[in-house]
Amino acid sequence: MNEKRKPITEADLHAYADNLLDPKRRQEVEQYLEQHSEAAEQVRAYQEINTGLHQLFDHVLEEPIPSRLKQKSKTSHSSKPLQIAAMLATLAIGTAIGWLGRGEWNIGQQPIAQMVDHAFTAHVVYTPEVKHPVEVGANEEKHLVNWLTKRLDAPVKAPQLNTLGYELLGGRLLAAEGKPAAQFMYQNGLGNRLTLFIRKNPNGQRDTAFRFANNDSVRGFYWIDGELGYALIGETERTTIAKAAHLVYEQLAQ
Amino acid sequence: MRGVYLYERLLQIQTMKANDKGTTMADFSQLITQHIPRLRRYAKALFSDPALAEDLVQDCLERAWSKQHLWNGSGDIRAWLFSIMHNLHANEARKFNRRPALIPMEAQNDQPITGNQESTLALNELEAALHNLPEKQREVLLLVGLEQMSYEEAADVLNVPTGTVMSRLSRARENLRSTLYGAHKQSNIRRIK
Repeated sequence: MNEKRKPITEADLHAYADNLLDPKRRQEVEQYLEQHSEAAEQVRAYQEINTGLHQLFDHVLEEPIPSRLKQKSKTSHSSKPLQIAAMLATLAIGTAIGWLGRGEWNIGQQPIAQMVDHAFTAHVVYTPEVKHPVEVGANEEKHLVNWLTKRLDAPVKAPQLNTLGYELLGGRLLAAEGKPAAQFMYQNGLGNRLTLFIRKNPNGQRDTAFRFANNDSVRGFYWIDGELGYALIGETERTTIAKAAHLVYEQLAQ
Repeated sequence: MRGVYLYERLLQIQTMKANDKGTTMADFSQLITQHIPRLRRYAKALFSDPALAEDLVQDCLERAWSKQHLWNGSGDIRAWLFSIMHNLHANEARKFNRRPALIPMEAQNDQPITGNQESTLALNELEAALHNLPEKQREVLLLVGLEQMSYEEAADVLNVPTGTVMSRLSRARENLRSTLYGAHKQSNIRRIK
């Protein structure tokens, strides 16, 4: 090791639990936690407390705003479309947060749960691959996309995440519940990987908001948009995964 | 529907708009209105008495409205609103502080413990323990853990140094940990003073 590391302090443990560390430091703390079970327990408790606070209080975000609090804003002229957009967004938040508060991973027996299950499994299985992370590389992107579109029998696209520092490595065909599914893999300069799992909309379900799921250090957002269901999975900060999911959504909507 | 991210983005766009052209009344009103749900969540977490929480939010909004000229139109309006709330609350500590913690049990009992599958944390115990924390610790814990502010943002809101935020956060979490998880060995990591 030619690189000198700053010792891990209690402040790092808090920042780790609060997702406030940069990826490099985060990794250092992770390594530390693997070797120090008491510190790992400490962090786990902090994270559970954070989750618990959301479970206790996020429902307030969904409540209608009491009219006495709105009086002032009524007197001014604000733009209608934006107000409506804000209302819709608040509703959507309700849905999203309802899910966050619900305990993430515990999403029962619905078809979408199976989709998320497959997406997590595929992420965990293929991202550690050094030599063969993908079946078809990004250098053959066009072929890859045509192939997957044909096999899934739905218009598959490979979104770009370059603005977040993640480049497309390539993709592969998967089997999920006896049907073809697709996985695209992305990697940033630090070697962190994200995967985008795509399969046909399970049972023609309606579009959904972004929903969050996590399983230890693996976390992701999933949603249904038209005839396809998606899950964007990674092991980095939730905010990064959220941004990536948002980028994917925007590009696919075009 | 894009959930939280659409909402966040909407706030960003509106903040940018406000910065571009100077803030009009309508912009200002809208900026504030969109933060009401978060202010209410924070206040309700801070006080076990919902009526007090609503009072605080209302006072905060009225103050924000009357002090509109003090907002420079380019800063983070969320931090500004939260600091108004904090100051009001600190100034009226006697009014808000001296009520016993009322925990609406029936409201809590129907929330199963889910979260992490192996989580052993009971929400009703967490809520009770939260309200037993010294208020300064509770504030920091909520700004960081619930409102998801960075330590610097929380320091701005509370008008204290970041180091103070860290030490209150550390004490808050260790308090909760010993209450909720029972006796535990302290890891021998370098402590925050």
